[in-house]
Amino acid sequence: MSDKVHLDHAHGLTLLREMERIRRFEAKCVELYQAQKIRGFLHLYDGEEAVAVGVMQALEERDAVVATYRDHGHALARGVPMGPLMAEMLGKVEGCSRGRGGSMHFFDAASRFYGGNAIVGGGLPVAVGIAMADKALRDGAVTACFFGEGAAGEGEFHESMNLAEIWKLPVLFVCENNLYAMGVPLEISEAQTDVFRKAEGYRMPGERIDGMDPVQVEAAARRAVASIRAGNGPYFLECRTYRFRAHSMFDAQLYRTREEIALWKERDPIARLRRWLLETHMISDHEIAELEAAIAAEIDEAVAFAEAGTLEDVADLERFVLMDEVPQ
Amino acid sequence: MSAEPIRMTYREACRQAIRDALSADPRTFVMGEDVGLYGGCYAVTKGLIDEFGPDRIRDTPLAESAFVGAGIGAAMAGMRPIVEIMTCNFSLLALDQIMNNAATIPHMSGGQFAVPLVIRMATGAGRQLAAQHSHSLEGWYAHIPGIKVLAPGTIEDARFMLKAALADPNPVLIFEHIVLYNAEGDLDPGVSEVDIARAKIRRPGRDVSLVTYGNSLPKALDAAAELAGQGIEAEVVDLRVLRPLDDATIFESVGRTRRCIIIDEGWRSGSISAEIAARLADEMFFELDAPVRRICAREVPVPYAAHLEEAALPRTADIVATAKALVRPQ
Amino acid sequence: MSDFTMPSLGADMESGTVAEWLVKPGAQVHKGDVIAVVETHKGAIEVEIFDEGVIEELLVEEGEEVPVGTVLARLAKAGEAAAPVAPVVEEARREPEPEPELRPEPQPTRAPAPSPEPVRTTAPGDRAKVSPAARRRAAERGIDSGTLHGTGIDGSVTLADVEAAPPAPQHQEAPPKATKVRRGFDPVQMRKGIAAAMSRSKREIPHYYLATTIDMSPAQAWLREYNAARDPDERLLPAVLYLRAAALALKEVPQLNGFWEKDAFAPSAAIHIGWAISLRGGGLIAPAIRDVDKLSIADLMHALKDVVARARSGGLRSSEMTDATFTITSLGERSAESVGGIIYPPQVAILGLGSVVERPWVADGAVVPRPLVQASLAADHRASDGHVGGLFLSTFARLMQEPPKP
Repeated sequence: MSDKVHLDHAHGLTLLREMERIRRFEAKCVELYQAQKIRGFLHLYDGEEAVAVGVMQALEERDAVVATYRDHGHALARGVPMGPLMAEMLGKVEGCSRGRGGSMHFFDAASRFYGGNAIVGGGLPVAVGIAMADKALRDGAVTACFFGEGAAGEGEFHESMNLAEIWKLPVLFVCENNLYAMGVPLEISEAQTDVFRKAEGYRMPGERIDGMDPVQVEAAARRAVASIRAGNGPYFLECRTYRFRAHSMFDAQLYRTREEIALWKERDPIARLRRWLLETHMISDHEIAELEAAIAAEIDEAVAFAEAGTLEDVADLERFVLMDEVPQ
Repeated sequence: MSAEPIRMTYREACRQAIRDALSADPRTFVMGEDVGLYGGCYAVTKGLIDEFGPDRIRDTPLAESAFVGAGIGAAMAGMRPIVEIMTCNFSLLALDQIMNNAATIPHMSGGQFAVPLVIRMATGAGRQLAAQHSHSLEGWYAHIPGIKVLAPGTIEDARFMLKAALADPNPVLIFEHIVLYNAEGDLDPGVSEVDIARAKIRRPGRDVSLVTYGNSLPKALDAAAELAGQGIEAEVVDLRVLRPLDDATIFESVGRTRRCIIIDEGWRSGSISAEIAARLADEMFFELDAPVRRICAREVPVPYAAHLEEAALPRTADIVATAKALVRPQ
Repeated sequence: MSDFTMPSLGADMESGTVAEWLVKPGAQVHKGDVIAVVETHKGAIEVEIFDEGVIEELLVEEGEEVPVGTVLARLAKAGEAAAPVAPVVEEARREPEPEPELRPEPQPTRAPAPSPEPVRTTAPGDRAKVSPAARRRAAERGIDSGTLHGTGIDGSVTLADVEAAPPAPQHQEAPPKATKVRRGFDPVQMRKGIAAAMSRSKREIPHYYLATTIDMSPAQAWLREYNAARDPDERLLPAVLYLRAAALALKEVPQLNGFWEKDAFAPSAAIHIGWAISLRGGGLIAPAIRDVDKLSIADLMHALKDVVARARSGGLRSSEMTDATFTITSLGERSAESVGGIIYPPQVAILGLGSVVERPWVADGAVVPRPLVQASLAADHRASDGHVGGLFLSTFARLMQEPPKP
């Protein structure tokens, strides 16, 4: 796969569709949350869709993904089917984690999706290990590891960056810098607020990009992945982005202003891409309507699948605590 | 193969087990602090880097969380890593990875991912290494569902538990006692594997069960020998596996002797000994003919000075006295 | 709340008849109080209670025969209000009572016990310590574990203690309904009891027999001197010297003091000697005199007189029927010169003493007339060997030559 982005009609439509799928899926999740069909934490990716969608364009089937607890976007963009994701949200056995993980812990072995990890920084060492195995067993495979800028405060972030570099492991570190670690602004939590510069300390190539632009993200990810596959070791991307909604469902957002949110919403990656595609006549209103109808149908189908799903037998509560065998 | 018993130290047994594992499976590698050039803090991996190279005997930076997490990731993605943590005291720096990932992901992923990882670590006191190198934390780890916890107390288990642990699809923690590394013993040439499921009766007896593991095992055996001279037949049960506990063997023994003393180098409060005592109270209450007694480490950070360290740990004399008080109070 | 049950008073007791209630509902009772007379095949026995509290209800009427273990009366513990009598159906469904020490402490606000006297409470520590295994085994065997002597840690009753206790009899089907019985001994029942115990003894116990002859002149001289200075009430019988010497000899030779149970000898720390008493109406009974080794000579005489009197009047206590760890049978005057005893199971030895007779005796190289007694020992060969028996007899003989200091 080339490291250049060819933004033709089909690809423009793909980027738009993938981002819309995430946003509309999550809008449905909020609806179901308020109807109390989804419970627990619900961390929305609203506003950050360009990061996951852009990065995933650069990945292949052989590659692996490690995500965070804000993992709906990563899973959808990676191609995990929506039905099992929605079933997971509803705690059904048909869910992608049999209802044991919920919103924060989507897993999908088929697409090498190694899970949403809800310990900030906890996924990075795992990604390093997957890359170790890949280096030995799957020539050229890359592990994309997503984390927020809050993870940069954790020791595991630094330990993992160092390990990946000294062992020249194929890891793509993707920092989704949405400026707030829950409610703590970057300026008061990090001495170096240019997070990508932390990679320099580990002699790792890194760059900052506009995380509100899927094309820019994709282009950067392609560059990074090409470098990694070439055997140059890990690569670091800091994607500046913003979440439009609260950290989770119950957050008064005392730490930021409405004005700031409004300002960032003007840079909404979906609205921007749609506008640009229309302005350049790359796609038509009709196609957008079709795309939206198809996504609505996919979501309806996913909800129907989830609603029709079954609850796991409580007798199986302890199943998989210890495994009988390593799944193939 | 010679039919003669093979004499070796616990350390050599651990090393031979690693050598076997590396020879048997190309997916297996060792990673940890000072396992390579230095030869291992307790010299277990000494010389192996020359045999297997730096990729398979991999020195890591001092980054327990990352290299344990890397072991988890590698195991999930198809390797069979052996991670060495220098002592269990340092394993706390990797507790997040052990608990939140290794022990959790198989269940949380609905069985899609297994973590066939082995973590070896040194445990215990007795070498005047003071509090930050002397604690016995295996009982803590035994609290966690999703992992197996092994405590080899014999040369044979040191030699063969690793093989079984690597064959297991689950994260397995092996706690090697620092005092045992120099212990020497004979290996039965007819034995080439052990299970990692059952406790073992190391000495039969009818009057009281001494339930123990690790470096308290030789102490319990010494105590049993001394008690035999006084007409008390103590049965020594080597737990071997602290999680999952082999209730059946413990219950069977205590069901016969009706008296139980648990010897555990961990602290008493909330310990594996407390768990065993509670299970006996739950399941064996009506079989008991005396209160369950526990001999544990004193609840202090293990001190440096030899006499204080010795006083902080379970002693053979304590076991003998406790057994006599239970079996023959008058 | 606790239950007072028909006790097992001996190896061969299966059931008993409540001959007489000595308390009424509402009565305050203390540990050791005799609250009923129970007629057994060995006769009427005064039965003690081992709890504190107030009798709430008597469940078995006088004259009724019930199996061992049947609840005879219900006792309200200190601090418990005497509850109204619950319907029988309700009772049957009731969960097992918790152990007394688990009860809440008496609350001042609760209804007072129906006794004008302040109610004594049983402190938790007073409760007998019985291991869980022993408790269950005791229940299986119908034995009141609280009455056993504990040899375990902190004096707890262990499984071995329960195993060593005399077995409780099997439940008999449809026991014959007894009519109101008199206090005293039923000679027919007693004969049956003796037959059962002695048959079992001769069937199961490999007896060995040893005998020795003892010069009684020092003892008699001592007794004469002791008694000369005392009122008739305080005078001693030779039996007291036998009891004392036997108790002290058992301390030196403990292998004969205890029980044979479950193929093993269980020694008893306490020395309770059964004293065989032949009853005027025929029959024999051997109630225990407790802690003989610890009694002064005067107290021992008093205890002996008391137990003989109560045996003859049918006033023995339940514990006296089960506690003996060793037995003496003394033929008294104008009887045979020696006796080969039959061991009372599960004891392991019996000492027999014949009549004291004047016979030739060699002392200091000369033949002289002396009062002599034949002391014979029958002992269980499973528990001891002849050497031990010989040691006991020679010790006994020596102690008989060393009369006590008054």
